[in-house]
Amino acid sequence: MSAPTTTYAAKANDNHRITEPALVRWGLTVVALVFLAMFLVLPLAAVFSQAFEKGLDVYLTALKEPDTLSSIKLTLITAAVAVPLNLVFGVMAAWAIAKFTFPGKNLLITLIDLPFSVSPVISGLIFVLLFGRQGWLGPWLDAHDTKIVFAVPGIILATIFVTFPFIARELIPLMEAQGRDEEEAALVLGASGLQTFFRVTLPNIKWGIIYGVILCNARAMGEFGAVSVVSGHIRGSTNTVPLHVEILYNEYNYTAAFAVASLLAFLALITLVVKTVAEWKVRQQLGR
Amino acid sequence: MSIEVENIHKQFGSFTALNDVTLSIPSGELVALLGPSGSGKTTLLRIIAGLERADSGRILFNGEDTTEHHVRERKVGFVFQHYALFKHMTVFDNVAFGLNVRPRGTRPSKSEINAKVMDLLRLVQLEGLAQRYPAQLSGGQRQRIALARALAVEPQVLLLDEPFGALDAQVRAELRRWLRKLHDEIHVTSVFVTHDQEEALEVADRIVVMNKGRIEQAGTPDLVYDHPANPFVLNFLGNVNLFHGRLNQPGADQHGADENAVSYVRSHDIEIERSPQDSTALKAEIRHIQKLGPSVRVTLAIDATGEFIEAELTRDVFKNLGLQQSEQVYVRPRQVRVFVEDYQI
Repeated sequence: MSAPTTTYAAKANDNHRITEPALVRWGLTVVALVFLAMFLVLPLAAVFSQAFEKGLDVYLTALKEPDTLSSIKLTLITAAVAVPLNLVFGVMAAWAIAKFTFPGKNLLITLIDLPFSVSPVISGLIFVLLFGRQGWLGPWLDAHDTKIVFAVPGIILATIFVTFPFIARELIPLMEAQGRDEEEAALVLGASGLQTFFRVTLPNIKWGIIYGVILCNARAMGEFGAVSVVSGHIRGSTNTVPLHVEILYNEYNYTAAFAVASLLAFLALITLVVKTVAEWKVRQQLGR
Repeated sequence: MSIEVENIHKQFGSFTALNDVTLSIPSGELVALLGPSGSGKTTLLRIIAGLERADSGRILFNGEDTTEHHVRERKVGFVFQHYALFKHMTVFDNVAFGLNVRPRGTRPSKSEINAKVMDLLRLVQLEGLAQRYPAQLSGGQRQRIALARALAVEPQVLLLDEPFGALDAQVRAELRRWLRKLHDEIHVTSVFVTHDQEEALEVADRIVVMNKGRIEQAGTPDLVYDHPANPFVLNFLGNVNLFHGRLNQPGADQHGADENAVSYVRSHDIEIERSPQDSTALKAEIRHIQKLGPSVRVTLAIDATGEFIEAELTRDVFKNLGLQQSEQVYVRPRQVRVFVEDYQI
């Protein structure tokens, strides 16, 4: 069995020829690892160590506090409204952009990206300008006894705006790469538009959707800037989890602040795991 | 079912994909749309299918105007170049798709669908692969499944867009022979798009040669090969040599006036001789010899004009003549076609 051995040796030699010396390879690896440790692992560890500094009992008490519970509830409600709505908008926008040509298509793509390019504070201010007491629609809303800004609807609106691009942005390249062939095949075979969408388009973008939803959800629950502007920081009423963390921190209530923050950190970890699985599945779907 | 294409015009921006195309396809024929890329052949196929809208003109199936019919209602089978199989479905579900999406009233029962799909898989000789996914099949197998899927809805017209374009040479040759056999069995009116002249000549009952959004010539393979209507058709169906001026040749296929005449001779219609047999032979020098499997391609420079021509000989003829590079020989064109020069190739 000498022939295969020589082939492998030749291969190893070839590989060796295009790689850098050991010193450079190890040097770069160490730099990368140190960077990761300092900027990603250390902060995450700090959050958990601070949260559990005074033991599990204090941690749980901090979470059971009514204001905290109400902030968790509000965050969950916000995500529960924003994510499904953006799922529908995102899938529709991506479908239109990836599978059809129409005038104004590029404008639509630019508009979808708008929330990414605007500072979250501005995103929040837009809603204050629109629905605030001095805003365009303020007097009309007042007359109808409806409150949007400094209330739950404003928080949900700002969250929808900020998280709008996530699902569409994830789906557009995926759907463009898949092309229109399968949809056309379905139509020729007599499928209706809805049948085509649910039996052909949707299964092909399933993992892309899950990926987008996970990112969208993480941002919806974690959004600070835009929500901060429209919320009014009313404890137990218009405080979301990130806003509540800030308030606790500003009150020097570190353990409670980090306990609540650890919830968001947990969310981040779960998001990462699901995201990795979804990414892998998307690659598989494209590869087939 | 017969297909009539009447005065179809299609514009993509400033590009004219189809320019007033009229074509009649008799029922039960297997027709090839042959042309280079950008000649509009795929666009024409997609317009017949209803996947694309013509700017003007009509498409008739059996004399009935289908121009306004949605692709769903046209009852055509369409086979895509890259198969377009549903990746997330098994082979069985792919073939059954067209039956499963029918409204409840007209949908066959589960056992009927089952029997039908199995029949089709037998027809395409892949009955063992029903539970596989498309990713687990070879290119040739995928294309046969795509064909079975298209046939499942019992189409009145079968349209194939470069069906063998993505396959390697051997599978392609095998599959096109198989398609010809299949068509002889089921006799559904079929139109297939190809840029491969050999494929068209071998498979089709009739060939429609297209160029720049127009039909150059339509007819049986023998007609377009033996009596090309113009230099484009002549050139597209086989290698051809140009001689500027009219060759002094009795029995030449004469078109047009003397001035600017160009003579065309296919490379296998050129004979090479050691000594001139009569006055039609031209003195030439061998510049290059290339062996291509069963035939040999000889590049020669004509002494009188300096023009380069290519001759294709069989290996036997080449051996008997014992040709060498840089030798002086005589060439004699056998089949000459003369066209006036403003025809551009």
